[in-house]
Amino acid sequence: AANWDQVLQNIYHFYLKKTPQRTRLVDAFLLFLAVVGALQFLYCILAGNYPFNAFLSGFCATVGQFVLTVSLRIQTTEANKSDFPAVSPERAFADFVVCSLILHFFCVNFIN
Amino acid sequence: MTADAPPLLAGVNSTSTRTLLRVAILCLIAAAAIASRLFSVILDPWFNFRATKYLVANGVYKFWDWFDDRTWHPLGRVTGGTLYPGLMVTSGVIYHALRAVAVPVDIRNICVLLAPAFSGLTAYAAYLLTNEMTTSPSAGLLAAVFMGIAPGYISRSVAGSYDNEAIAIFLLVFTFYLWIKALKLGSMLWGALCALFYGYMVASWGGYAFITCLLPLHAFVLICMGRYSTRLYVSYTTWYALGTLASMQIPFVGFLPVKTSEHMPALGMRTSYHAPWVAVTNVAMTGIFGFLQLVGFIQYVRSAVSGRQFQTFLATAVVGTFGIGLMGLVALTSLGYIAPWGGRFYSLWDTNYAKIHIPIIASVSEHQPPAWPAFFFDLSMLIWLFPAGIYLCYRDLRDEHVFIIVYGLFGSYFAGVMVRLMLTLTPIVCVASAIAVSQLLDTYMSTKSPNPDEVERAAEAAPKKAAKSAGLRGSEKPTVGIFSLIPKAGVVGSLTVYLLMFVSHCTWVTSNAYSSPSVVLASRMPDGSQHIIDDYREAYQWLRQNTKEDAKIMSWWDYGYQIGGMADRPTLVDNNTWNNTHIATVGKAMSSSEEVSYPIMRQHEVDYVLVVFGGLLGYSGDDINKFLWMVRIAEGIWPDEVKEREFFTTRGEYRVDGEATDTMKNSLMYKMSYYNYHSMFPAGQATDRVRGVRLPDKGPVLDTIEEAFTSENWIIRIYKVKDLDNVGRDHAAAAAFERGQKKKKATKKRGARVLRVE
Repeated sequence: AANWDQVLQNIYHFYLKKTPQRTRLVDAFLLFLAVVGALQFLYCILAGNYPFNAFLSGFCATVGQFVLTVSLRIQTTEANKSDFPAVSPERAFADFVVCSLILHFFCVNFIN
Repeated sequence: MTADAPPLLAGVNSTSTRTLLRVAILCLIAAAAIASRLFSVILDPWFNFRATKYLVANGVYKFWDWFDDRTWHPLGRVTGGTLYPGLMVTSGVIYHALRAVAVPVDIRNICVLLAPAFSGLTAYAAYLLTNEMTTSPSAGLLAAVFMGIAPGYISRSVAGSYDNEAIAIFLLVFTFYLWIKALKLGSMLWGALCALFYGYMVASWGGYAFITCLLPLHAFVLICMGRYSTRLYVSYTTWYALGTLASMQIPFVGFLPVKTSEHMPALGMRTSYHAPWVAVTNVAMTGIFGFLQLVGFIQYVRSAVSGRQFQTFLATAVVGTFGIGLMGLVALTSLGYIAPWGGRFYSLWDTNYAKIHIPIIASVSEHQPPAWPAFFFDLSMLIWLFPAGIYLCYRDLRDEHVFIIVYGLFGSYFAGVMVRLMLTLTPIVCVASAIAVSQLLDTYMSTKSPNPDEVERAAEAAPKKAAKSAGLRGSEKPTVGIFSLIPKAGVVGSLTVYLLMFVSHCTWVTSNAYSSPSVVLASRMPDGSQHIIDDYREAYQWLRQNTKEDAKIMSWWDYGYQIGGMADRPTLVDNNTWNNTHIATVGKAMSSSEEVSYPIMRQHEVDYVLVVFGGLLGYSGDDINKFLWMVRIAEGIWPDEVKEREFFTTRGEYRVDGEATDTMKNSLMYKMSYYNYHSMFPAGQATDRVRGVRLPDKGPVLDTIEEAFTSENWIIRIYKVKDLDNVGRDHAAAAAFERGQKKKKATKKRGARVLRVE
C-alpha cells in the first residue's frame, strides 16, 4: 500500500513539474467535461432516459469534446513532437476547432 | 541537371512530365471503367428510381417523411425511415447541380449513369489508397486499373444498376483511404473527414457494418502488436466520436449504434438478420474506444514514474479496470439492461442458420456460399496475386500494412460465406495484387544492373551484419538485382501478357455475364440474329393503361418494385421484405386452393393477380420454379394449412404434369400458370419447356378469377379477381352453373340444410 501511495505521489509531482501553464488550462477543461458527463449520466440513471436522443446528444457531446481535447493536448505536448512531424501547435488548434464545430453541428441536429 | 552531360531522358523523367503522365493515365482508367460498364444500358432497381423521382419532385423535406401508400397495401411503408437515403440524395444533388449550370438532364439518365461515373471515382480512390501503402510509383496506377475493370465490382455497377452498391464501394474505399491517412499523420482533420465519409457511407448502404468492424479490429491488432502510438489514439477517437454521431443522424440507423440487437425495434426481417452484426461491431467499436483511453492513460503514467513503480501501477490499474468492468457487466446483465447473447450471435458463424430459420433470406440466391470458379471468374489473375501481395505486406510490416492483412483475412472469409460479399473483397484484392505486380515490375524493369564486384563484397559483409541484427529473418531485405537483360525481358514480357489477358477476360466477362438486363430478355434466332423478348414491359404497360389508378396488384415479391415503378400500381408485397407475415399471406394465397385464397384476396382488396410463367419459352426464372419458396414461407406461419409435403408426389418428386398431387393441381399458382395452356397445342402435345414434361389434355378450371391479359410469349399472365356473385352463390357453384354442369334430372330429394338463423 505504501508503494501505491508513492506511485500516486510521483505522478502528482511529475504533473506539477512537467506540465506547462497552457496544458493545465486544457486539463481543467477536461476535468470540467468529465464532471459534466458524469452528472448527465447520473441524471439519466436517476430520472430515466426518456428523450433518449437528448441524453445521447448531450452525453456524446461531452465524450466527443473530451477526446478531441485530449487529442489537442497530445498534439501540443512537447514530448510528443516526434510523433507528429506534420502537425504544428497552430495546425492542431485549427483541427480542433474544425472537429468541434462538426461535433456540435451533429449534436444540435440530433437533439431535435 | 548538370551542364556537361544532360541525360537523354531528362525531359521525360522530370517531375512535371510524370505528373502529366499520371493524370493522363488516371483519366484513361476512369474512361475505361466507365466505358466497360456500358454494354447494356437499362434501368433496373425500380424502387430507388421511384424514390429519386419523388425526391426530385417534392424536395428533401417531403422525401424525409414520405409515407408510401402504394406499396405493402394495406399497411403502407414509412419510406423515409426505412431506406438508406444516400443514393437518392446524391443523384438529386447531381440533378440540381446540372440544372444550375444549364444542362437539364432527365433524372432517369442520371440514375442510369450514376454507377459508371462513381466507378471512375472508385478507381481513383483505389489509386490513393494504394499510394499510401507503398512507395512504388506504379502500384497506385495498377490498383486503379484493376479496380476499374475487375468483374467482381463491375457486376454490381453496370450502367443502369441503380443500387446502393453503386456509390457505396467508392465510399468504402475512400473511407479506408482517409483512415489510413489519418492514422499515418495522426491528424484530427483527416480523422474527421474519415468520419464524415463514414457517415455518408452509413447513409448509403447497410454494408457500413463492414467498416465499423474493420477499423476497430485494425486498432485492436495494432495495440496487441505493441504498436500503440499517440497517432492511433488521435485518429481512432476522432473517427469514433464523430462517426458514431454521424451515423445516428440517419433515421434508418437511429439508436442502433448504442443498443444491442435485442433492444432493436421491430424494423423487420432484413434488418433483424443484420442486427447481430451491427450490434457486435458496435460493441467492438465502443470496446476499442474505451480500451484506447485506458492504454493512453497508462502510457502517460509510464512517462511519469520509474519502471518498478510503473509495474505496480499497471498491475493495480489492470486488475481494477477488469474488476470494475466485470462487475458492471454482471450488474447490467442481471438488471436486464444488456441482453445476454442469444442464438443470434451464433448465427454469424453458423452459415446454415438462415436456411433453417429464415427461409426468405435463404431464398435469395446471392446469399449462398460461392464455389471456387466464382473467384476465378470474378477476379481472374488477381486471385493468385492477392496472397503474394499480402505476403509482401508482411515483409514490410508498417501500420497500414496491418490494415491490408486484416482486411484481406476478413474480406476473404466473408466472401467465402456469401456470394454478394465478393464485392467488399474486390477492393483489397486489387490493392494487394497491385502491390505484388508493382514489386515485380520494379525489380525487373529497372534498367540499372548491379555491378558483380560490389555484390560480392556486399555478400562478404552480409554475414557479419546478419549476426548483429536481431529482427525477424523474413524482414531482412536481400540485395536484389538482375544481372542480364534476358530474364528481365522474359519476366516483364510474360507479365505483360498476363495483364493483357486480364483485360480481355474482364471485357469478356462483363459483356457476356454481367450485362444482361432482367427486364428485357434476349434470345438468338437460328441464324444468329437477336430476338428481343419484351413481355415484362408489355404487361406492365397494359396494367398502366387498362386498369384503374388504384387497382391493387398481387404478385410474388420479386416483381413488387417493377410493378410499382413501371406499371405504377399499388402492390401487396415488394422486394423490401420487411414484413414476413405479409409475404407469407401472399404465399398462402398463391399456394392454396381457390376457396381459401379468394377470401384472402377479397380481404386485401386485390384487383389483379400477376404470375410469371416461362413454360412456353423455356424461361426458367418463373413462378412455378419459385413456388416451393412460397410454400415454405407460408408454411412458416400457417403450418397447419400449407404443407410442403403435399406438393410432392408419394415418391417425393415435384411434378407439374398429370402425376402432380391434388394439392398442386388445385393451387392457385398452378391453375393460373397453366390455364388454357393446353389450347396452344394439338391434342396430347402440350409441353412445359422449363420442366420438360408433357401436360394433361384437360387444363385447370378457374372459378374465382378470370384471365385479363396474357403477354405475347405467355411470360406474364394477369388475372382479374371476380366480384362477389350477384345472387349470393359461391363462385364454384356459379361457375358450374355457367358451364351448364347441372344435373339433367331435377331431383326432388331435399338436401341436408341447416336452420336459417336470423
